[in-house]
Amino acid sequence: MPAPFLCRTNDFKIKRARMATIRMARCNGARAIMDGISPKKLTIGEMGLSVTMALLAVFAIFVAAKAWTPEYAFHAYLFAAGAVASVFAIANRYVSRPAVTPQEIDGKPNYNFGPVKFATLAAMFWGIAGFTVGLYIALELAWPIFNLDLPWTSFGRLRPLHTSAVIFAFGGNVLLATSFYVVQRTCRARLAGDLAPWFVILGYNFFILIAGTGYLLGITQGKEYAEPEWYTDSWLTVVWVTYLLVFLGTLWKRKEPHIYVANWFYLAFIVTIAVLHLGNNAAIPVSLFSSKSYIVWSGVQDAMIQWWYGHNAVGFFLTAGFLAIVYYFIPKRAERPVYSYRLSIIHFWALIFMYIWAGPHHLHYTALPDWAQTLGMTFSIMLWMPSWGGMINGLMTLSGAWDKLRTDPVLRMMVVSVAFYGMSTFEGPVMSIKSVNSLSHYTDWGIGHVHSGALGWVAYVSFGAMYCLVPWLWNKREVYSLKLVNWHFWVSTIGIVFYITSMWVAGIMQGLMWRAYTALGFLEYSFVETTEAMHPMYIIRALGGGMFLAGAVIMAYNLYMTIRSPEPIALGNRAALVPGE
Amino acid sequence: MQDTPAKHIDDKKAVVGTTGHEWDGIQELNNPLPRWWLWTFYACIVWAIGYWVVYPAIPLVSSFTQGTFGWHSRSAVVADLDGLKTLRAPMNAKIEAASLADIEKTPELLSFARAQGSAAFAVNCSPCHGAGAQGFKGYPNLNDDDWLWGGSLDSIHTTLQHGIRWDADKDTRSSMMPAFGKDGILKPAEISAAADYVRSLSGLPTDKDADLVSGQKIFTNNCAACHGDKGEGNQEMGAPKLNDKIWLYGSDKSVIMERITLGGGGIMPAWGARLDAPTVKSLTVYVHTLGGGQ
Repeated sequence: MPAPFLCRTNDFKIKRARMATIRMARCNGARAIMDGISPKKLTIGEMGLSVTMALLAVFAIFVAAKAWTPEYAFHAYLFAAGAVASVFAIANRYVSRPAVTPQEIDGKPNYNFGPVKFATLAAMFWGIAGFTVGLYIALELAWPIFNLDLPWTSFGRLRPLHTSAVIFAFGGNVLLATSFYVVQRTCRARLAGDLAPWFVILGYNFFILIAGTGYLLGITQGKEYAEPEWYTDSWLTVVWVTYLLVFLGTLWKRKEPHIYVANWFYLAFIVTIAVLHLGNNAAIPVSLFSSKSYIVWSGVQDAMIQWWYGHNAVGFFLTAGFLAIVYYFIPKRAERPVYSYRLSIIHFWALIFMYIWAGPHHLHYTALPDWAQTLGMTFSIMLWMPSWGGMINGLMTLSGAWDKLRTDPVLRMMVVSVAFYGMSTFEGPVMSIKSVNSLSHYTDWGIGHVHSGALGWVAYVSFGAMYCLVPWLWNKREVYSLKLVNWHFWVSTIGIVFYITSMWVAGIMQGLMWRAYTALGFLEYSFVETTEAMHPMYIIRALGGGMFLAGAVIMAYNLYMTIRSPEPIALGNRAALVPGE
Repeated sequence: MQDTPAKHIDDKKAVVGTTGHEWDGIQELNNPLPRWWLWTFYACIVWAIGYWVVYPAIPLVSSFTQGTFGWHSRSAVVADLDGLKTLRAPMNAKIEAASLADIEKTPELLSFARAQGSAAFAVNCSPCHGAGAQGFKGYPNLNDDDWLWGGSLDSIHTTLQHGIRWDADKDTRSSMMPAFGKDGILKPAEISAAADYVRSLSGLPTDKDADLVSGQKIFTNNCAACHGDKGEGNQEMGAPKLNDKIWLYGSDKSVIMERITLGGGGIMPAWGARLDAPTVKSLTVYVHTLGGGQ
């Protein structure tokens, strides 16, 4: 997949490069090149990564041979196959690449969009995969026969597959794609690193493959949203640190005097996720040859760290990262300035300071000490306004351009996402209040809340960004059909409404039924009766999920047609928006 | 400077101004923080600080600030549970003192016992026996008058208290049907003949080539000791009646053959170890009054 992109873009760049003054990539040691044409050499990075990957392949085969379980051996072989494939990919790339990759062409940054394109397409693929699994498990809840009595199709295994596919595979690829795009455009600099951006994108998607197949095969450490086992976590750590370095390196190379607000949010997201991932996955493997590990934390400390992680995965993965998308794509699409710099700086710092404390609200009325529960709840309340700062800045950026909501369904999608963000970040603090939580906790209200955020906010802002990105990346004037975007918008919006309203009703009903006592002092309902009462709501939820999936399929077709459209390359469309032209 | 059209610069921009920077064509206005936003933010912070004063909040070296309200989640749940116990206590004292038969005869006690029994049934029994006690394959229907271990108040109480084939309770009801096929006691042909004979006991049609004569012989030699000569069952041994239309696992020949082959029997926990005495008594009365009590 990556090679054709590279060939095409690089052929194009070679022609441009001959006419240009060429500077070497800084990561290659800032060597000044005296003329545009120099003999092609294998870089240290190419050699180093090839050798590392070859060694990894040998090591993985060794582990596979001694693995305790066939599932773990399968993963070891996947690592070996991935490592061998990457050696071939590096060799293939070496053959087709120019001697040097210029940082600038004709005084303009030579942006590295290959990895961005890959991550954008991967996001679409994983999005549809994740929504499909979500629909399937919704059907399992409504009609348990869909579990099929097979271990790998049981709800317990498919549920983490769904959550990881939508959060980390879909959302993660959107964040990788947009962050690599935005950081280049707003720094006016080519991505730092030569192979590193590709390593990040492909390595991250390999992590998803290992994690997802692991869930199906029953490999899990049983921590919500952190299910992958130690070896998958270790691989992600390497990928994530590289991601951080590429991002920081690009900021370092920037031609703009200041760092744009979107990049603050991306950086907060990358750094905090690294810290959370390391803290929550501190584990000791049983053996190098076993997939099983034990977390070093125990008891209530483990629970606390798990929800410190879990809540900040929401705060920094699903909020900070996607707020960065808001800060770039909404002003860009609306062609309006950001509403308030002051608000952005205040709400940024307030958000990242407050969020990190809010995790204990997931553990109200448990063994967690009361003081920690209090802090979790009060910080959640204080978080309300910092969260809304992002909403205000997103919405008010449209002032003077509200009419565009009527004509531009892409912008409408992003604006509605910000509205859903506002709703979810109000609902969240409300649900963190102990007396509300005593009703809402463990019920489907939580599922409804999560999905108003996940579908309405995260997915919608992602869709909006992807509808912008694909024409930009593939040099088209606009998406293939705005009419289809409009269909996507309405079909999925109605789907979201079905989803969240059915879950509100189901959750509140469930909570009320659980706590209902008769006058004589006995529980009025059994658990089974609450499940029975929710059955119609589960069917409505599945219907909503199906509509959301249908919208995404329309989108995939639209993006495919956009990329395939024969419209000539029209660089001029974006020229007016590029500074210095 | 780029050629951003002037029409994009509205009045507000002229008033508040931008920060003067531009990234990929994006500028930032310098609007002040919205007043309502700022004051709501302050209000939330003030409220949080107030909350820290009145509720447990700040960790200290070996303890934490207790808060002026003196509220703790653990004592709150204990108080809730005590409240329920107090509410039920007077009636439960009477339930405990009365005999099972007297409970059924006294309307006041009966209605309380049925309420308590139905709540306990919903939580503890319905997963196997069904919300309406209708039973499932392998789990008996409790509404009818077909009882495996007896349908009198005392029999039901013993079953509930000690369970069935529940090894942790030494007084549990136990009996085990041999695995006639699996352990090689009977050959497949013999099992088939026996199954045909069992079906004939309750008047179900049998295979055309069924050998009911040898089936009867096999039944008499192997099954009658527990299930009775005519398949009338034996509640002392928990041996089901085989000459009626009620089947625990099903009446198909294949199902009957499977039961003869594998033997064994269902398991029920000993609820005496888990529920208090008045609750077990209430459950007894509840089950007894479902319709099939004897």
